Amino acid sequence: MSYNINEKGYYGEFGGAYIPEMLYPNVEELRQNYLKVMAEPSFQEEFNQLLKDYVGRPSPLYFAKRLSKKYKTKIYLKREDLNHTGAHKVNNTIGQILMAQRLGKKRIIAETGAGQHGVATATVCALMGMECIVYMGEIDIARQAPNVARMKMLGATVIPALSGSRTLKDATNEAIRDWINNPVDTHYIIGSAIGPHPYPDMVTKFQSIISEEIKSQLKEKEGTENPDYVIACIGGGSNAAGTYYHFLENEDVGIIAVEAAGKGIHSGESAATSVLGKEGIIHGCKTLLMQTDDGQITEPYSISAGLDYPGVGPLHSHLYRTGRGEFYSATDDEAMQAGLELAKLEGIIPAIETSHALAVFNYKTFKPDDIVVISLSGRGDKDLNNYIEYFNL
Amino acid sequence: MNRIQQKLHEHKKLLSIYFTAGYPTLNDTVTVIENLEKAGVDMIEIGLPFSDPLADGPTIQASSTQALKNGMTTTVLFEQLKDIRKTVTIPLIAMGYFNPMLQYGVEAFCAKCKEIGIDGLIIPDLPVDVYQEEYQTIFEKYGLINVFLITPQTSDERIRFIDSVSNGFIYMVSSASTTGAKSGFGNAQSNYFERIAAMNLKNPQIVGFGISNKQTFQQATQQARGAIIGSAFIKHISTNGIANLDQFVNPIIS
Repeated sequence: MSYNINEKGYYGEFGGAYIPEMLYPNVEELRQNYLKVMAEPSFQEEFNQLLKDYVGRPSPLYFAKRLSKKYKTKIYLKREDLNHTGAHKVNNTIGQILMAQRLGKKRIIAETGAGQHGVATATVCALMGMECIVYMGEIDIARQAPNVARMKMLGATVIPALSGSRTLKDATNEAIRDWINNPVDTHYIIGSAIGPHPYPDMVTKFQSIISEEIKSQLKEKEGTENPDYVIACIGGGSNAAGTYYHFLENEDVGIIAVEAAGKGIHSGESAATSVLGKEGIIHGCKTLLMQTDDGQITEPYSISAGLDYPGVGPLHSHLYRTGRGEFYSATDDEAMQAGLELAKLEGIIPAIETSHALAVFNYKTFKPDDIVVISLSGRGDKDLNNYIEYFNL
Repeated sequence: MNRIQQKLHEHKKLLSIYFTAGYPTLNDTVTVIENLEKAGVDMIEIGLPFSDPLADGPTIQASSTQALKNGMTTTVLFEQLKDIRKTVTIPLIAMGYFNPMLQYGVEAFCAKCKEIGIDGLIIPDLPVDVYQEEYQTIFEKYGLINVFLITPQTSDERIRFIDSVSNGFIYMVSSASTTGAKSGFGNAQSNYFERIAAMNLKNPQIVGFGISNKQTFQQATQQARGAIIGSAFIKHISTNGIANLDQFVNPIIS
C-alpha cells in the first residue's frame, strides 16, 4: 500500500483532474513542469533561502512541558504559528510564486476563506512585485475585516465572491472562473491540498518542509526521527499534508487528523467531511465531500473560517478510507476550550483552526512515553474577536 | 442512427439552445422544450442545475441556483421528461456537471437517458481521458453521444485526440471564457474558426459561448455546422417568459 500520489495523479481512488477543457492547457502545463521546476537547483536554493530569511524557518519544535504534564504524555508543538504572516500557508505561497515566475506568469489569483491564504499570497506577490487578485466570499469579507485590510495594504485586489453561499467554496469557484477567462498570463495559487492534479501533490510537497524539520529536530531532542503520532487539524488539509508527508510510508508513526464538528457532527452545522462526506467531485478532484443525495455540494459550518470547506484533500480521503489515518472531529466548544487551555498552560494563543487539533485529547489517551507532535498551524491574533465574544473577555 | 447524427446530416446551419431545467419555475422544463421545437430550433441542451457550476458565468449560475431552489433534482428532471418523446422529435442533449451524474450512478443515468430518448450528453468537467478509460463503453451501450469541448487554447494534437473519441459533434468554445462572459467575435475568433475548419476533422463542429443574436450566429456558423445559445436565451425567458419563444428564435434564424 502506498500513500503517495501515483503517476496518474491519484491517491488510491481519490484525486485526478476533473476540469473543464478550458482549464486543461493551464493544468497540463503545470503538471508537466512542476516536478522538473521543483528539482532545479536554482529553485531549491531560492525557495530554501526565502524560507530561512523571509519566513523565519526552521520553525521551532517546542516541548510543551505543562501540556505534557496535564495529559501525561510527551507533547511537542511544531510552531508554524511563528512563521511570517502567522501560519503555515506561506510555505506554499513562496513555493508557488517561484513556480509561477518560472512558468512566465505575470498575474496571480487566489481564493481565501479566513484570509490567511489570501494574506500569504498577497505577501509573496508584494515580495515579487506581481499583480495579485484574491477572491473571498462576501460573508467572509465581513467577518475577517483585519485580514482584508492586510491584503489591501500588501497591494492585493480583494474581489468579493457574490455567488452561491458567498464563502470559501464560492471564492474557489470564482478564482477558477477567473483562470478560465485568463488562461495565458495567470497562475492560480491554490491554498490547500485540494484541486485538480498536480495541485494536491504540489501543495503537499511545498508544505512537507514541516515534517522534514520535525524529523531532524526530533532526532536532536529525542534521538529518534520518528514520533509515535503526528497530529493536525484538517479543512482542505495543507498543514496536515505537510505534517504527515515524511511519515506517510512509516506505519510506526500514527497519523491523526482532527476535523471541525461545528455544533456536533449530526447537528446539520458541521464540517466533519470524512464522516459526513461521500465520494464525489469538487473543484477538480475526486474526493470525499459533503453533498446532498442529488450530488449538490452543501455548505459546511465551523466556528473556524479556515476549516469550513465541504471537501477534504484527496490524500486525506485516502488516509481515511485505508485506515492509515485516525480521524476525529472536535466541536466548536471543544476547540475553543482547547485553545484557551494552551494559552493558559503554555502562553501560546493558537488560531481556532489549530485549536481543533489540540482538542484531540478529548478523544484519545496517549501513553506516558509516547512522543506526540502537534502541528501548531497558526497563531490566534486573527481570531481574537471570536475568542473575545466566546469567552466574554 | 442517433437523432443527433441525423440532424448533422441536414444541409443547414443548426441552432441549438441551452436552458436550465426547472427554470424559471420547476415545471417549465417540458413547455420550454416544446416551445423551442415549435419555434424552429434544431437541437436542445437541457441543463441539469449544479450548485457549483465552474465553467458558467453569472446568468447560468443564477438560473441554476433558482432551479435548485425550485426543487430541481436529477430524479425530478427524469420524471418531467418521461413522455417528452410523445411530443418532441428534435435531438435532446443533457448538459451538466459530473458530480450529480456520479451520485445518480453513471450507468443508471445513461440507462434513464436512453429510456427517455435523450440522445447525448455534455459534461464539461468529465475529461476526455477519464471518459475513454472509465465510461465510454457505458455510454456506447446506451447509444449516447458524448460531446467534448475544445477551446482556442486546445492544441492540435489534443483536438485530433478528441475528434477520434467523438462520434457526434465537437463543441467549439469560441473564446477562453466562462459562459455569457463575452459577446461579439473579433480577429482572434476568425483565426480560430479558420484554423479548426482547416483541420478537416471527422466530426462537425458547433460553436458555443458568446453567441447571442443573428450577427454572432452567422459569424459563428460561417465555417461551423451550427451554434449554441445559452445565456442570452436564459436572459430572454427571465424577462419575457417562456410562451412566445419564436420572438427570440425568429430573428436569429430568419
